[in-house]
Amino acid sequence: MNSMSKKVQLVDENGIRTDGRRSDELRPIKLEVGILSNADGSAYIEQGKNKILAAVYGPREVHPRHLALPDRALLRCRYHMAPFSVQERKSPAPSRREVELSKVIREALEPAIFLELTPRTSIDLFIEVLQADGGTRTAGVTVASLALADAGIPMRDLVAACAAGKADGYIVLDLNDIEDKEGTADVPVAYMPSLNAVGLLQMDGQLTPEEFEQAFNLALEGCKKIYELQKKALKEKYLAIKEAVEEAVEEK
Amino acid sequence: MTSTTISRIRQKQIARLIAGGKRLDGRGLTDYRPIQIVTGIIEKAEGSARVRLGKTEVMAGVKIDIGEPFSDRPNEGVLTTNAEFVPLASPEFEAGPPGEDSVELARVVDRGIRESKAIDLEKLCIIPGKKVFVVFVDIYVLNHDGNLIDASALAALAALANTKIFKYEIKDGEVEIKPGFEKLPLVNFPVAVTLADIGGTLIVDPGLDEEEVMNARLTISFDKDGKICAMQKGGSGTLSPQQIIEAVKIAKEKSEELRKLVVKDYAAA
Amino acid sequence: MPVFFENREIVTPGDLLAEGDFMAGRNSYKIGSKVYACKLGLVEYKGKVVNVVALNTFYIPSVGDLVIGKIVEINLHGWTVDINSPYLATLRASEAINKPYKPQKDELSEILDIGDIIQAKVIAFDRTRDPLLTIREPGLGKITRGQIIKVSPAKIPRIIGRKGSMINILKKETHCNITVGQNGLIHIYGRDPEDERIAILAIKKIELEAHTSGLTDRVTEMISKERGDE
Repeated sequence: MNSMSKKVQLVDENGIRTDGRRSDELRPIKLEVGILSNADGSAYIEQGKNKILAAVYGPREVHPRHLALPDRALLRCRYHMAPFSVQERKSPAPSRREVELSKVIREALEPAIFLELTPRTSIDLFIEVLQADGGTRTAGVTVASLALADAGIPMRDLVAACAAGKADGYIVLDLNDIEDKEGTADVPVAYMPSLNAVGLLQMDGQLTPEEFEQAFNLALEGCKKIYELQKKALKEKYLAIKEAVEEAVEEK
Repeated sequence: MTSTTISRIRQKQIARLIAGGKRLDGRGLTDYRPIQIVTGIIEKAEGSARVRLGKTEVMAGVKIDIGEPFSDRPNEGVLTTNAEFVPLASPEFEAGPPGEDSVELARVVDRGIRESKAIDLEKLCIIPGKKVFVVFVDIYVLNHDGNLIDASALAALAALANTKIFKYEIKDGEVEIKPGFEKLPLVNFPVAVTLADIGGTLIVDPGLDEEEVMNARLTISFDKDGKICAMQKGGSGTLSPQQIIEAVKIAKEKSEELRKLVVKDYAAA
Repeated sequence: MPVFFENREIVTPGDLLAEGDFMAGRNSYKIGSKVYACKLGLVEYKGKVVNVVALNTFYIPSVGDLVIGKIVEINLHGWTVDINSPYLATLRASEAINKPYKPQKDELSEILDIGDIIQAKVIAFDRTRDPLLTIREPGLGKITRGQIIKVSPAKIPRIIGRKGSMINILKKETHCNITVGQNGLIHIYGRDPEDERIAILAIKKIELEAHTSGLTDRVTEMISKERGDE
C-alpha cells in the first residue's frame, strides 16, 4: 500500500476490475474432491490463478504421544506455499506469515469439527499452495473443508471462506493478487452458514467502520455462494456414478 | 495449585458472573484493568516503554539501525516487529524459537502500526535505494495475565513515541553520525482493543482466567481518525456477524480512551 | 413437521435434514428443533429418527466386531495391532495362546511376528483406552494365504448385504472364501488367482456404487462377464 508509486488503476470508470469483473463478482472456481489416494481425505481448488491442494490424515494416533488430548482430537494444520508458487521464489522454510496463517486457518476449521468424538487422536491437515494469486488463506479454508468432509470426519457444517476489500474507492469481492497488493484494504472471512458463525476474520488496510461493515457483508455473501459450490463438489462424484448406472439400466 | 488449567468451578463462576454483567475482579463488561505506562526506561535502546495492564506486563524496545531498503520500496525505511514470550512470564512459556502465538501477536501489532502508516517511512530514507533507517520493535512479554495483544500494542506505540534517532550527515556516500537527536516521525497512533466472547457476551480486555474460558476473541486496531487498520479473530470458537459489528462499536470507543494515555506523553516530550 | 430431503438423497455436513419432533440418529446432530447432517452420505428417515449413511468413514471399534489387522509391534505381554482405525489395538499374549503365558519361555515373535496378518475379534473398547483383541476363537488367528484388500469401512454393510445376501452371492459366484472385517479389510482366498481377481473386482464395484440401487444384479452380471471373457 505505497502512496508514492506509480498508481495502478484497479477499477476503471465503469466499475470494471483488472480481470474484467464487477465489484461483487467471484473469480471462476473449480473444486475437485478425493484426488489423492493415500490421504484419508483430499480436495483441490482453482480460484482465479490460485491452485491449492488440501489433504487430511486422520483421525489417527498422535505422534508424539504426549500431545494427545484426553477428551478430544487434536487438529493440526500446516499452510505452506510451494517455492514456485509466487513470482519471486519463496524459500521452503516456513515463514512467519505461514505460521500465522496455519493458526488462523486451524481456528476457522476447529469449530466445525466434532473433535470430542475421537479423543486421543490427531487430525492432520495439510494445505499446499501450488500457485498463489491473492486470497490463498480463504481458498485454503474452502478446500480444507472439503478434504475433511471427504475423509468422513464428523462436521457441524462446511466452512466457506472469501475475502472482500477496498480498491480504488470501491468495495470489492474476492481480491485478486494485484488488488491484494495495491488495494486499500483486505478482509478475509470464513463462515459456517448453517450456524451463522464466523471462524476466521482478519483485516489489514484502512477502512471506516461503515466501509468495514460493507466489506464484511459482501464477504459473507461470497461465502454463501462458495458454500453452494462446495456442496455440489462433494456430491459430484457420487451423482455421476448414480447417473451412469441409471443410464446403463435404461439402455437395456 | 500450580497448573494453569482452569478448574470447572472457576469456569462456572466466571460464566455466571458475566451473564449477570460482572467479572471476577468486579470490572464492568467493557472496562479495562488499570493501565500504567512508563517510557524511556532502557537508555541503551533508542526508545522503550513498559506497560502494566492489570498484572500483565509487557516491555517494548526500539532499536534503530542503518540498512538497505526493500527493492520494491527504495525510498522507505524498514519497520520490523518481533515478540518474545519470555519463559519467565508464564509456566506455559517455553524457551525456544517463537511459537505461533508470539508470531501472531507480533504480526497483529505490526499491522496496526504499518497499515495506519504511523511511522512516516519516507522520512527514514537516507540514500534512496541504498541506505535507510531500520526500525526494530521488539516486544518482550514479562508477565502473562491475559490480553497480551493490547498491552503489547500499547507498549510498542509508547516506545515509538519515545524513540529518538541520531542526527547524521552524508559524506562521500557514507553516513556519519552527528551529535544530537530527532524524534521518530510518528504521524498516527494505532491502538488495539481486544474483546472476548464468553457464553455469548462480549467483554473487553480479557484476563488470563477469562481467556481460558472464552469462546473466541476479536482484536480491532483503530487509528487516530477512527479508521480500522487491523483486525484479528482468535480462538477455536466462533462469533456471529452481529457480535462482530457490535464489537467494532465498543472497540472504537475504548480505543479513544487508550490513545489518550500515549498521546499526551508524546505531545509533552 | 417438515423434512427437507427425500430418502436416500445425498446430503452434506450442515444440511438441514428435518425440523420438529425428530431425533438425530447416525451421523447427524440436533440443535434446538433442527436436525443437521454431520457427514457426506445418504439421508434415511426412519419414523422419527433421521440417519445419514456415510459415504466414507473411519472405523471405530465395537465389541464383538470381526476385524483383520496387521502386527506392528511386539511388546512385553503381547502385540500392537494396526486395525485400520484411529486407535491401535492390543492383543495380549493371554488372548492368543491357549495355555498360560510364560514370558521367560514363550517367545512372542515365534507366535506372531511383525507384519503378520490376523483375523481377530474386538473384546473390549471404550473411549479412554485402546481396543483389545482376541484370536482365541475358532476361525481366528494368523492368515497365511490369499489376499487382503482395503475398502472404506462405510461400505462394509453393503458388501455384506441384508442378512449376508451380497456376500453369499459373491462367495458362490467367485468360488472364494471371503472374510469381511468390520474395519474395512477383506480377506479373499480362492482356489485360483483368477477367482481372487474377479472377487476383488466385484468388491471394488460394490464400493464404488454402494449408493445406487440394483447393485446385486449388476455385480452378478459383471462376474459372469469376467468369467465369459476367459
